[in-house]
Amino acid sequence: MDGVDKTNTDADNTAATVTGAEAILKVLAEEGVEVIFGYPGGAVLPIYDALFKSNTIRHILVRHEQAAVHAAEGYARSTGKTGVVLVTSGPGATNAVTGLTDALMDSIPLLCLTGQVPTHLIGNDAFQEADTTGITRPCTKHNYLVKSADTLCSSLREAFHVASTGRPGPVVVDLPKDVQMADVTVEEKDVAKVTARYQPQTEPDRAAVRKAAEMIAAAKQPVIYGGGGIINSGPAASDKLRELVALTGFPTTLTLMGLGALPSSDKHFLGMLGMHGTYEANLTMYHCDVMLNIGARFDDRVTGRTNAFSPNSAKIHVDIDPSSVNKNITVDLPIIGDAGRVIELLIEELKAIKFKPDADAMAAWWGKIQSWKSIDCLRFDQSGDIIKPQYAIHRLWEKTQGMDAFVSTEVGQHQMWAAQYFGFEEPNRWMTSGGLGTMGYGLPAAMGVQIGNPDKLVIDIAGEASFMMNMQEMSTLAQYNLPVKMFIINNEWMGMVRQWQELIHGGRYSESYSESLPDFLKLADSFGMKGLRADTVDDLDGIIDEMVAHDGPVLADIRVAKEENCFPMIPSGAAHNEMLLGPEDKAAAPVSEEGMVLV
Amino acid sequence: MTIIEERHTISVLVDNEPGVLARVIGLFSGRGYNIESLTVSEIDNISKLSRISIVTRGTPMVIEQIKAQLARIVPVHTVRDLTSAGAHIERELALIKIVNSGEDRIEALRIASTFRARTLDSTLESFVFEITGSSSKVQAFVDLMSSLGEVEVSRTGVSAISRGAVADMPIRT
Ligand SMILES: Cc1cc2nc3c(=O)[nH]c(=O)nc-3n(C[C@H](O)[C@H](O)[C@H](O)COP(=O)(O)OP(=O)(O)OC[C@H]3O[C@@H](n4cnc5c(N)ncnc54)[C@H](O)[C@@H]3O)c2cc1C
Ligand SMILES: Cc1ncc(C[n+]2csc(CCOP(=O)(O)OP(=O)(O)O)c2C)c(N)n1
Repeated sequence: MDGVDKTNTDADNTAATVTGAEAILKVLAEEGVEVIFGYPGGAVLPIYDALFKSNTIRHILVRHEQAAVHAAEGYARSTGKTGVVLVTSGPGATNAVTGLTDALMDSIPLLCLTGQVPTHLIGNDAFQEADTTGITRPCTKHNYLVKSADTLCSSLREAFHVASTGRPGPVVVDLPKDVQMADVTVEEKDVAKVTARYQPQTEPDRAAVRKAAEMIAAAKQPVIYGGGGIINSGPAASDKLRELVALTGFPTTLTLMGLGALPSSDKHFLGMLGMHGTYEANLTMYHCDVMLNIGARFDDRVTGRTNAFSPNSAKIHVDIDPSSVNKNITVDLPIIGDAGRVIELLIEELKAIKFKPDADAMAAWWGKIQSWKSIDCLRFDQSGDIIKPQYAIHRLWEKTQGMDAFVSTEVGQHQMWAAQYFGFEEPNRWMTSGGLGTMGYGLPAAMGVQIGNPDKLVIDIAGEASFMMNMQEMSTLAQYNLPVKMFIINNEWMGMVRQWQELIHGGRYSESYSESLPDFLKLADSFGMKGLRADTVDDLDGIIDEMVAHDGPVLADIRVAKEENCFPMIPSGAAHNEMLLGPEDKAAAPVSEEGMVLV
Repeated sequence: MTIIEERHTISVLVDNEPGVLARVIGLFSGRGYNIESLTVSEIDNISKLSRISIVTRGTPMVIEQIKAQLARIVPVHTVRDLTSAGAHIERELALIKIVNSGEDRIEALRIASTFRARTLDSTLESFVFEITGSSSKVQAFVDLMSSLGEVEVSRTGVSAISRGAVADMPIRT
C-alpha cells in the first residue's frame, strides 16, 4: 500500500476496505437494523469492539443467549422487522438453539450471528468450538459458515433476504474470528444478486383465486380459518381480512398464532379453534361445507384426529410455503402466495362475480353457530375469595382496554387462558410460543417487544414455573429500565402438566408441583423493582391498576386457584365434535390408547 | 387401511457448496423419509452445480412433501420427479469383486459376459467386474455372483435422466 493516499478513500468510495467486524455492522445498518440482542465472548470480541466504536446500532445485553433469541423474536413479531442476535461460539451458539427452533416453528424472521473459532482451527476441537452450522441446520431456515472474507457481505445480505421473505424464519451466520478481523471490501449491494437464489412465490395463480371465489360464492356453511401467516404477511393482510369478512359475513376463527388478525370484538369472530379453542369454532369447522384456510398450517393442535377433521368440507388453503400444503390434511384447492395479496385478489374476484352471500343459507348457518355459542363454553365460576386464573386474565384485559397492550406469554394453562380471555383488536400484539411451546419464552420476548415499542404497555402473562426458566432476565429489565409487567398466574403447579396427569394419568401428580418457589416480592425487590401480590379477588383490580400505572418494570404475583383446569379441551387423538367442556365431562370421554401416545 | 407406497426417482440440481448434501440427507432423516439410493456429484465446474439423484418410497402425500421440502432448501435450484414426469432412464454402475476358483470361476466369467460386464482386474483367484444397468439388473448379477464365490460389491446408486429432446435441467442457463 506504499504511496497510496488512504486518507480520502473512506469518504468517496463505497467499496472502502474495513475489518470484517466493521463490515458486518455496515451491512446490518444498511439493512435497517437498529438493535441487536446479544452476549459477548471470545469469538465475537472483534464485533463487540466494532460496536463499541460505532453508535449506529444499539446493543441490548441479555443474561442468557436463549433469552437473546426470544427477545429478538418478540421484537420481530411486534414490529414486523427482522430480529438480530449476536452470540459467541460454542456455548453461546448452543444456548441459542432453543430460541432458533422456536423461531423456525413459529415462522419468525431472525438473523443470528454466531462467533466461531478461526478458520484454521475449525475441526480441531478448539476451545469453545462447536459445529454450529451442523447443530443449527435442522433448526434454521438456512445457515452459513463464512469461511472467507470475500463471501462475508454477500452471505449476510442473502441471510437477511432469506430470513425476511417467503415464509420467514431464523438464519444463522457463523463467523470465524479471523474473518471478523480480515480486510473486507464492502461492495455496493446488488439486489438482483442477493435475491437470485431465493425467490418465493408471493403472487398467486389468478385462476386458482377465481376458482376459490366460485367455491366461496357457492358455500352454504362456510368458515374462514386464519393463521399466523396473516400476521407474517404484515398488518395490511389483517386489514384485507377484515374487508373480506365484512364482505362475506362469514364466520371466522383464528389459530393461536393468528390472534389479532381479526378484532376479537368483530361479531363474525368465533374465538380460537383447536385443542383449547371454543366450542363454536370447533363445531363450525367440523360442520362447514367450505373452509378457507389463510396462512394456517393444519397443526395437530388444531385438527385433532385428522381422519375426523371437518369431514364434509371443500378446503381451500392459502399459504406461501408449498410444503405446508397437503402435509397433514389433503386440500381441494391450494393457492400458493402471500396471504395479504391473495385476500386482496379474492376480494376483487368476488366483486367481479357480483358476489352476494346466500342470505337464507347464512341465516340458517349462523343460527346453528348461535346455538353452539349459547353453550357459553368459556364460562367459569368466580365465587369465593380465591382468584380464578381465568378471571385474573379477563380482568387484566378489561382493565387494559383501549391501552393498545402488547402481550406475551409463557407456556401452559395461563397461555391458553390468555388466548381465550384476552381479546386482541390488532395484529402484532400477541407474542406466544405456539409451535415449540417453549417455557421461558415470555419474559425475554416481552423485553424485545418493549425495546421495539418503547412507549407501549407490555405484559408477560406467565406461569410461575415457566417464569423461572428465564427469570434471570429481570436483571436485563432492570439495566435498561424496561417497564415490562410480569403478570404471574401463580397456581404453584406446572398446571398444564398437572391437568394432563389428572385427566389422563389417573391423578398421579408426578413431579409437577412447583416446589420451593421464591418469595416473588423479595425477588422483585432484589432487582430494585416493584413487586405486587394479589391473594384474594378483592386485591385483584387494585393490583392490576397499580401495575399498569407504574412507570417501570413490575412483578405481580397473582395467587390463583391451584387446581383449575383449562377447558374446553379436545383430548389428544379426539375429533372436534368430541370436546370436553368442563370437569363434568371427563368421565364421559376417556382418552383412547392412540391418544395417550400423542402429546 | 392400506397405505400405498410408490417408488419415485427425483433429480435435484443444487449449488455445489459445503453442507448442501447434509441439508438434503438431514431432511430425509429428520422427517423420516426413506432413501433407497442417493447419488451426487458436481456436474459442471463452471456453474458449480451438482446433481443429486434420489430414489425414495412413500405415499403420494409423502412424495409431494419430499419435493416441496427439497425445493425449500436455499441452494436447491430445481427439483424434478422423473417418475411422474414421464419416460426416463435409470442406470447404476457397480464394481463387483469375486474371489473363487475352478468351475465357479469359469461360470462367473460366462455370466459376466452375458450381462455385458467388463473385467477390470483379474488374478488367479479373483475378478473385478464393472457392470452398468438398471438396479434390478445389477442386483441380479450380484445375486448370481454371490452363489459362485466370496463377493464384494461397490454400487454407485441410481443416476437418472429424462428421455426425449428437452433438457429440462440444463447445467448452464
Ligand atoms: C400448550 C399449547 C396448546 C396449544 N393449543 C392450541 C389450540 O388450542 N389452538 C391453536 O390454534 N393452536 C394451539 N397451539 C399452537 C399450535 O401448536 C400451533 O403453533 C398453531 O396452531 C399454529 O398456528 P398456524 O396454523 O396459524 O401456523 P403458524 O405456525 O403461524 O404458521 C404460519 C403458516 O402460514 C404460512 N405463511 C407464513 N407467511 C405467510 C404469508 N406471508 N402468506 C401466506 N402464508 C404464510 C406458513 O408457511 C405456515 O404454513 C398450542 C400450543 C401450545 C404450546
Ligand atoms: C422448556 C419446556 N419444558 C417442558 C415443557 C412441558 N410443559 C408444558 S406446560 C408445562 C407447565 C407450565 O407450568 P407453568 O409455567 O406454571 O404454567 P401453568 O400451566 O401452571 O399455567 C410444562 C412443564 C415445556 N413446554 N417447555
